[in-house]
Amino acid sequence: MTFREIQKHIESKIKGIISVEDGKDVIFVPPLNWNEIAQLLKNDVDLDFDYLMCISSYDKRDNKIYGAAYNFYSTLKGHYLEVRIEVDDELSIPSIVSLWKAADWHEREAYDMMGLQFDGHPDLKRILLSEDWDGYPLRKNYKEPDYYHGMPVPKDKSYWE
Amino acid sequence: MDPSLVGQFNQDNIVVEKLDNLINWSRANSLWYFQFGLACCAIEMMAAAGPRHDLERFGSMPRATPRQSDVMIVAGTVTMKMADRVKRLYEQMSDPKYVISMGSCSNSGGPYWQYGYHVLKGVDLVVPVDVYVPGCPPRPEALIQGLLELQKKIKTETPLRKQL
Repeated sequence: MTFREIQKHIESKIKGIISVEDGKDVIFVPPLNWNEIAQLLKNDVDLDFDYLMCISSYDKRDNKIYGAAYNFYSTLKGHYLEVRIEVDDELSIPSIVSLWKAADWHEREAYDMMGLQFDGHPDLKRILLSEDWDGYPLRKNYKEPDYYHGMPVPKDKSYWE
Repeated sequence: MDPSLVGQFNQDNIVVEKLDNLINWSRANSLWYFQFGLACCAIEMMAAAGPRHDLERFGSMPRATPRQSDVMIVAGTVTMKMADRVKRLYEQMSDPKYVISMGSCSNSGGPYWQYGYHVLKGVDLVVPVDVYVPGCPPRPEALIQGLLELQKKIKTETPLRKQL
């Protein structure tokens, strides 16, 4: 199925929730409806998205919006779909670990780097950085610390001499 | 010394030497290195230990525990998370212990030297380094040269006399 066909198919099943932007083959889903849409993507016989390829997170600094972009693929039907969910600082995104096991570490990475909160994740903790790290480094307003455990983070060896 | 004694030494294949030099000789020629790698430099370190470059020619063999190692080759990017561990492993090594910093990352932070929030800007910020091997990553020949430079350094030490 092409992107337009997939979009029409979803709209015929669940009305008035998804939105698209001109020039992008991406559907936008409000976080509150994400569980419903995700179950449709996974279980519908015509869509049949059995493979979650990636979850990327992004930061739109101007309007303080953080987002997650999900890339799906159907190994049987051979079609792709990108879904984006955008939240502000307070909102959280429903976890889809129960549907796609691959989401587990991807969501932990998005939490680690961008600070996105995933509701219902079984073990949401940092995956790459150490557990006592302060802040979320891929956010655009992130300020790197001067010291971490007594070790200087910026390029400064003056105290060593 | 009695000249007759010297003659006796010569006959019995006895070498007269300072104990300092004997200790240095034995230390420098059996530098067992700590077998751990942090990034792509570790691949070159493995190549150096492999049959083509054969680090064991120089008496170096990998040990999988800090307790039996003489030299720690910091091969790769030292992240902040790993820096704590590197320091701890160094402290677990028994004296005399040496450190070879291998590659640009562990020398100075390498490609992360300016914007890497997560990379330590040189492993010499947490452990004392004896030899720096430049390169990204250094070829096995460069690592071997670094090891030979460390051997030269060890041979100038005076282990029996207190160093001030």
